[in-house]
Amino acid sequence: MIELDVAFRLDRGNFTLDAAFTAPGIGITALFGRSGCGKTSILRCVAGLERASGHCRLDGETWQDDAEDIFLETHRRPIGYVFQEASLFSHLSVRRNLQYGMRRVPATERQIDFDEVVDLLGIRAHLDRNPSGLSGGERQRVSIARALLTSPRLLLMDEPLSALDHTSKQDILPYLERLHDNLRIPVLYVSHSPDEVARLADRIVLMREGQVQAVGPAIEILSRLDLPLAQDTEASALVEGHVRDHDDAYELSRIEIPGGTLTMGRLDRASGDRVRLRIHARDVSIAVGEPERSSILNVLPARVLEMHEIDRSHLLVKLCTAGEPHPPLLARITRYSRDRLKLEPGQEVFAQVKAVALMD
Amino acid sequence: MTLDLAPLWLTLKLASLTTALLLVVGTPIAWWLSQTRSRMKQVVATLVALPLVLPPTVLGFYLLLLLGPAGPIGKLTDALGLGTLPFTFAGLVVGSVIYSMPFLVQPVHNAFEAIGSRPLEVAATLRASPLNRFFSVAVPLALPGLLSGAILAFAHTVGEFGVILMIGGNIPGETKVLSIAIYDHVESLEWTQAHWLAGGMVLFSFLVVLSMNLLGQRMRQIGQDRVST
Repeated sequence: MIELDVAFRLDRGNFTLDAAFTAPGIGITALFGRSGCGKTSILRCVAGLERASGHCRLDGETWQDDAEDIFLETHRRPIGYVFQEASLFSHLSVRRNLQYGMRRVPATERQIDFDEVVDLLGIRAHLDRNPSGLSGGERQRVSIARALLTSPRLLLMDEPLSALDHTSKQDILPYLERLHDNLRIPVLYVSHSPDEVARLADRIVLMREGQVQAVGPAIEILSRLDLPLAQDTEASALVEGHVRDHDDAYELSRIEIPGGTLTMGRLDRASGDRVRLRIHARDVSIAVGEPERSSILNVLPARVLEMHEIDRSHLLVKLCTAGEPHPPLLARITRYSRDRLKLEPGQEVFAQVKAVALMD
Repeated sequence: MTLDLAPLWLTLKLASLTTALLLVVGTPIAWWLSQTRSRMKQVVATLVALPLVLPPTVLGFYLLLLLGPAGPIGKLTDALGLGTLPFTFAGLVVGSVIYSMPFLVQPVHNAFEAIGSRPLEVAATLRASPLNRFFSVAVPLALPGLLSGAILAFAHTVGEFGVILMIGGNIPGETKVLSIAIYDHVESLEWTQAHWLAGGMVLFSFLVVLSMNLLGQRMRQIGQDRVST
C-alpha cells in the first residue's frame, strides 16, 4: 500500500513548524488551515524546495531522512507541483510548457498520455497559443496538465484555485473532480477554503499554528464539533450513498444512504452509481415527532450525539442517522429551539434536510 | 589621403572576442550573484564594478605589472611558454575583458534577478537539473538582458583607450586599435583621417545607443505582458 509519511520541524524566529502525519496513497488529502499555519511550508518540504529537519517517505522510498543524511533534490523526486499562480513559462507555447516536464521523464516511466490529459483538462484548443493569451482558469488548467505529464507518484497542489475569480474557480473544480475519479495519483492539496475541502478531500490534515490539530477521513473531521471546520458558517456534513432510482414524472432522483433515502433534483447518474453528497448544517432542522404535511421531503430518523454552542444564540447539533455506519449530520439551530424541544444527547429525533448538494 | 583601415578591423576583432569571452565568463558570475546568499556576494559585486570608477590608467598600470615579466601572471605565462602578454593582442583581450566586465555582468545580473525564484522552482518540480534549469529557463528568460549586456560590453570595448595605451602600446596590426589610431592622426595633424574615424565612431555609438533604447522599450512591453499574466 502506497503511503506518504512525513515529519518536519522548522524554526524560523516567529514561526515554528512541527508537523507529522501519514496519508494514504490514494485520493485527495487536504492540508487545511488558516494562512500562515504552515500548510505551504509542508508542501514545499515534501517537494524538496525547502529543507526542514525530519523525514519524508513515499511508499517506503525515502526522499529525506536526516538520521541517514538523505535529501533528494527536487528534480529527483517523482512529484508534480501545482503552484498558487499557474507560473507557466512565458518563453514557451502552451504545448512546449506541457512537454517541458514530460520530456525530462524517461519514456519508460511515462504513464500518462499527452492526449488524455489535454482532453481531461480541456486545453486542446490552446496548445499552440502563448500562455499570456490565456485566462486565469485556462492557465491553471495548463499548469495542472503540465504537472501530471511528468507521471508523478504524488501530486502536490498549493491552493491552485485561490488566485482565481469565482467563475474560473467554478470552471476548474469539475476538472479537479474528474482528475480524482480518473487518475490513481494521490494528491496533497493545500487549501484554506472549507468549501473546496468539502468538495474534494477524502482525508483532512487540519493545521493550526505550525502543528497538526487533527487527521482523519473528511467525513469525520468535517463534522467534529471541537474543530473549526464544523464551526464555520459553511459547516456541512458529507454523506456517501448510491442512486436508487429516478422519478421521471417529477424529475427527481432518490439516493439511498445509510438509514434512509434522500430525494433531490434529478442527477445525471445511473441507478446504482455511488455519489457523495454535502449537507450544510444550516439546511438541517430537527423535529421531535415525525413531521407530517411538510414541503421538506427528506426526513431521516436520527439520534443526537452532541451539541456545541457556536455563538450566543446558535448551536450546532451533531446527529447520526439510524443505519450503519451511522454517518454524521450537522444541524444548526437556535439555543431557544434546543430548550423548547428539550434536546439531549442520546435522544431520538428526526432530521429534516432542506437541501442536498452533489459533490462527485 | 590614405585611410588605413587595419585599426578598424583590429578593433572589431578585439570587441567581438572580448564580448564572446565575457558572455562565457561574465554570465556565470552574474548567475552566481543572482542566486547566492554568500557573504562574499557584495565583495565580488564590488570587484566586478570597480572598472566603472577606476581611471583606466590605474587598471592598465596594475595589469602591466601583473602580466609583465616580473609579475606573477607574467611569470606563469612565461613558464607555460606563452611569453608575456603586454604589448600583444592577447594582452589587450585580457585587459578588455576585465575592463568591460561590469557592462556585461550588471545588466545580466539584473535580468536574472528579475526572473525571480518561481520559474526555476517550477522547472525543478518538472525534473530539470540545476544546469538544465539555467539553460532552459534562466537564459531564455534573461535573453533581453544578455543581449543588452553584450551590446554594452562590445561598444565599451570599441571605445577603450587608457587601458590599451598602458598595456598595448601602439603596434600596428597588433595593438593599434581605432581610438589609438585617432589619437595618432591628431598628433600628426592628419585631421581628415581623424575625422573619418571619429565620425564613424559617432555614428556607431549612435546606432548602439539607439538599439539599446529600442531593446529596452521592447523589454518593458514584454515585462508588462508578463505582469498581466
